[in-house]
Amino acid sequence: MCLAVPGQVVAIGERNGTPMGEVDFGGVRKDVCLQYLPDTAVGEYVIVHVGFAIQRLDEQSARETLATIARMGLLAEEFGGGPAMQPATGEPEGVNR
Amino acid sequence: MKYLEEFSDPELAGRLLDQIHAVTTRPWAIMEVCGGQTHSLIRHGIDQLLPAGVEMIHGPGCPVCVTPLEIIDRALEIASRPGVIFCSFGDMLRVPGSDRDLFRVKSTGADVRVVYSPLDALTIARQNPDRQVVFFGIGFETTAPANAMTVYQAKRCGVRNFSLLVSHVLVPPAIAAIMESPSCRVQGFLAAGHVCSVMGTGQYPDLARRYRVPIVVTGFEPLDLLEGIRQTVTQLEEGRHELANAYPRAVPAAGNPAAIAMLRDVFTVTDRAWRGIGVIPDSGWRLSAAYAEFDAETRFAVGDIHTAESSVCRSGEVLQGLIKPHECAAFGRRCTPRTPLGATMVSAEGACAAYYLYRRLGQPAPTAPTDARPAREVARA
Ligand code: SF4
Repeated sequence: MCLAVPGQVVAIGERNGTPMGEVDFGGVRKDVCLQYLPDTAVGEYVIVHVGFAIQRLDEQSARETLATIARMGLLAEEFGGGPAMQPATGEPEGVNR
Repeated sequence: MKYLEEFSDPELAGRLLDQIHAVTTRPWAIMEVCGGQTHSLIRHGIDQLLPAGVEMIHGPGCPVCVTPLEIIDRALEIASRPGVIFCSFGDMLRVPGSDRDLFRVKSTGADVRVVYSPLDALTIARQNPDRQVVFFGIGFETTAPANAMTVYQAKRCGVRNFSLLVSHVLVPPAIAAIMESPSCRVQGFLAAGHVCSVMGTGQYPDLARRYRVPIVVTGFEPLDLLEGIRQTVTQLEEGRHELANAYPRAVPAAGNPAAIAMLRDVFTVTDRAWRGIGVIPDSGWRLSAAYAEFDAETRFAVGDIHTAESSVCRSGEVLQGLIKPHECAAFGRRCTPRTPLGATMVSAEGACAAYYLYRRLGQPAPTAPTDARPAREVARA
């Protein structure tokens, strides 16, 4: 029940004075309370838990995380071949966040 | 939603695994606090791809599992009262109370309804003004904002036939309690990402310093888990113990200020009993004085129900990371998801259920080898 699922806001409205949004979860759409993210815009991705958007997903930091991981592999190869890299040398600068 | 799928990319996962193997020189015991992470780790077999000495200890972060028996018994009592509509998340229905569960109560005629959101319970209350509608408000900081908003709306709209049976629990005091335990083996924590999406990361630097443990905020996809583990192992190897955020796309440092403000208004900190663990001081929320009229325990006078745990189930030890599920004699025999003896076998996020669903039985628990060289052969996903 702790599961919180990312989805895309496709419409924004209001019910009983509460901001609500329609959120698309890969084809399944649900009404979601937006009271905790009042300035959400259509098109944004949010994390939804038991009918409430609790946080926005930041695409920029998602990309940065993926880029760091991708770079990590390359650096490891450069510094002596991936899996065979010696632990004692520590991590190259820039890998460690 | 392409970049979301990339977080289970097998090639990148392989790189992270290589990196974890490369930095690991000694055995380490790391606890993932959240049951959702336990589920994901076991399901993807990530714990088995780690260096031989890196052990994942499954923490108490499944709210269904830690809801104390007496709260379940109070729920059963309230649900059995005439005129009550008792609403709950589905996974609470099979959690065993002292002598039955909500499912059994429902089958004997009580009006027990599964809802997706607490707001659905409020709608039911509006539609049934002559009935008492109770919502079973359990969960961690992730779920609490939804329940808080529902009570707030009930008060604002004057829905007086609605009440909340509250058993909210909080992660930071649980981390402190685990570290204070004399049998504690945990050397680093993956903090629950979505708890931090709500609460932010402000509570963790102090804990990391006080107990000298790295705490790394971690998400739920395979790459998220591996990156959380990599950052934790790296800190351990370098002798550091800091808060780090490996899930920045969903966790700003400040969390969700609007949700935090609502939580402060509706709830107040209280001592809470954790099933299988016992009372942890200041580890939960109850309704604040301003919302006391919506407290189901008071409304139905069930506060004096106190009950004791069955002796067969070892979920307390499982929840503290002292044993792995299959080390319990009842695991997979008397205790299965269809016939659960303990809450950790009920919820999909419970460690016992995760092992039952995804692990071959009888598999030995990973133990820290005396020769601590990383077992590199198993590194590839
Ligand atoms: S296997 Fe069943 S009885 Fe054993 S600890 Fe897990 S839930 Fe309890």
